[in-house]
Amino acid sequence: MGKTLVEKIWDAHVVKRQEGFPDILYIDTHLIHEVTSPQAFDGLRKRGLPVLRPQQTVATADHNVPTLNQHLPIKEELSRYQVDMLTKNCAEFGIELYGLGHPYQGIVHVIGPELGITLPGKTMVCGDSHTSTHGAFGAIAFGIGTSQVEQVFATQCLLQQKPKTMKIEVNGELEKGVGAKDIILYIIAKISAAGGTGYFIEYAGSAIRSLSMEARMTICNMSIEMGARGGLIAPDQITFDYVNGREFAPKGEEWERSLAYWKTLYSDDDAEFDSVLTFDAADIQPMITYGTNPGMGMGITEHIPTTVAQPESERPSYQKALDYMGFQDGEAVIGKPIDYVFIGSCTNSRIEDLREVAAFVQGKQKASNVEVWIVPGSKQVEAQAKLEGIDKVFEAAGFQLREPGCSACLGMNEDKIPAGKYCVSTSNRNFEGRQGPNARTMLVSPLTAAAAAVTGKIVDVRELLEA
Amino acid sequence: MKKFETLSSRVVPLPIENIDTDQIIPARFLKATTRDGFGDNLFRDWRYEADNQPKADFVLNNPIYNGKILVAGKNFGCGSSREHAAWAIQDYGFDVVISSFFADIFKGNALNNGVLPIQVPDDFLEKIFDVVFTNPNAELIVDLEAQTVTIPTTGDQYIFEINPYKKSCLINGYDDIDYILSQKDLIEEFEQNR
Ligand code: SF4
Repeated sequence: MGKTLVEKIWDAHVVKRQEGFPDILYIDTHLIHEVTSPQAFDGLRKRGLPVLRPQQTVATADHNVPTLNQHLPIKEELSRYQVDMLTKNCAEFGIELYGLGHPYQGIVHVIGPELGITLPGKTMVCGDSHTSTHGAFGAIAFGIGTSQVEQVFATQCLLQQKPKTMKIEVNGELEKGVGAKDIILYIIAKISAAGGTGYFIEYAGSAIRSLSMEARMTICNMSIEMGARGGLIAPDQITFDYVNGREFAPKGEEWERSLAYWKTLYSDDDAEFDSVLTFDAADIQPMITYGTNPGMGMGITEHIPTTVAQPESERPSYQKALDYMGFQDGEAVIGKPIDYVFIGSCTNSRIEDLREVAAFVQGKQKASNVEVWIVPGSKQVEAQAKLEGIDKVFEAAGFQLREPGCSACLGMNEDKIPAGKYCVSTSNRNFEGRQGPNARTMLVSPLTAAAAAVTGKIVDVRELLEA
Repeated sequence: MKKFETLSSRVVPLPIENIDTDQIIPARFLKATTRDGFGDNLFRDWRYEADNQPKADFVLNNPIYNGKILVAGKNFGCGSSREHAAWAIQDYGFDVVISSFFADIFKGNALNNGVLPIQVPDDFLEKIFDVVFTNPNAELIVDLEAQTVTIPTTGDQYIFEINPYKKSCLINGYDDIDYILSQKDLIEEFEQNR
């Protein structure tokens, strides 16, 4: 019997397999950031161990950094301490750091791909659940906890149970105004925030194959929002073209050798998945979430499902979510005024996202009732945006272009949405308090966010696009 | 890691589904660089008002409920991979979390910190809630060796699953790094053969 893509990569990285034990899985690349690493470094010190393969480890500061005036010292003391600690730890253990002020700094899941660190066939981990993003290249990439960060530091390996595999096929063509973010919000709404738990998901089908690398990253990024360990897409010419020539990508002869191997990375025709789901791209409209988990999403023209339509045991949680959001059973969201628009996060802060938003916004103005934050995913994205004059478009529209970081994706750094305010956001989580205590988040695509920015309310972006 | 022994304890019931790690420990409390003290902020925004006054209607502020076992609704620990969530639960004093479904990363993090996540069927979970809401003093018995959780007042018992390796780690207080490092020759061999 053939193998799935996940099995091919997994099996190529097993150091030891023993009955009754999880596999010892070799990790090619370990990405780290300031929030989930300090306790792991501490653990190493207590055990008197070095980082086994520091050259396979890359660090950046992203979660806790301000996105204005990054050249100044961080004002908030605890954040500054945590970022300084990363600098100290990386120096002590010999790890390359792209910290604040470095031209490669940015959100960890944005910089890996753009630097050519993320490659097909690799195993990659990071103390961050959205590590699944890197799966877009045909890599096994997943988030780990801090004890496991320590484990990878000490051994370059992880103890892991081989995951179950699920294939999600999306076939057909997307309507204009519908993009990768809508695809993934649609899938999560269909299978729920726990529908992928225990699985590694391979995305396939003609609608996925036609997507750019940036769009594929958006899809894989949100795999975790349905509970999956990770998501991946078999590499193809689009992947190879994206990787070729990037800073740390293989060159010359090594490139040829790598390419030959990468071309073997697909699920065999007779491979068996533990679960297979199929969707039709034509059924997907621009999506929006109305609740407090990413599974609570719907087509933007639909009405919020009623509480009685939920299974009985889930009704109290469902009602609690609607109360938090200030929404009623059965309501439409179209036309609702909003307060903030956040375009950023590891889901949608790449240059393609900013280009798409800029093309839509060109010649338009933001509505007076909203504040709009655009936060590029990395220094390189920021530089590219400036090179293309995208910054001028945003400025003219009254948008605020900030400096790279996780920003308002999580209520940790200075960028928070005030209590009770509605934020239309391109990030990946709409949990209670995620963007700040009592902030109300509605997840959407960059295009739908741009439409909300210029109209000040929830609108169906398809109506604003020229035919 | 401390060794896990058989536990008889009262229960803290939290019948909410999809409790994500942002609720267990909000991001703004992740700035610490040590593992200690997270219990103070466990379920922070459900537990305290913005002015730090305890919210009377939240279960951790209700003196009727107490114990080393937290029982929660389906899909517990979803969302962010922050291990701080497991530290907060452990630091607060819970040794066991029972739910009808756990998010993967949380489950792993809990086990790595000596907190036992026990997955039970929906109807068993309902039974526990029923028993505890009728009698907050009711205890549960968790026997890791036998892999059972028992409701003594009703006699109901469920045999739960746990990976045998993880079970032996918990019972003996070992951790993964000790085990993997004992296989270091294999790691080096793997690296040389690529
Ligand atoms: S942008 Fe948001 S989801 Fe992505 S790594 Fe940062 S905090 Fe996590």
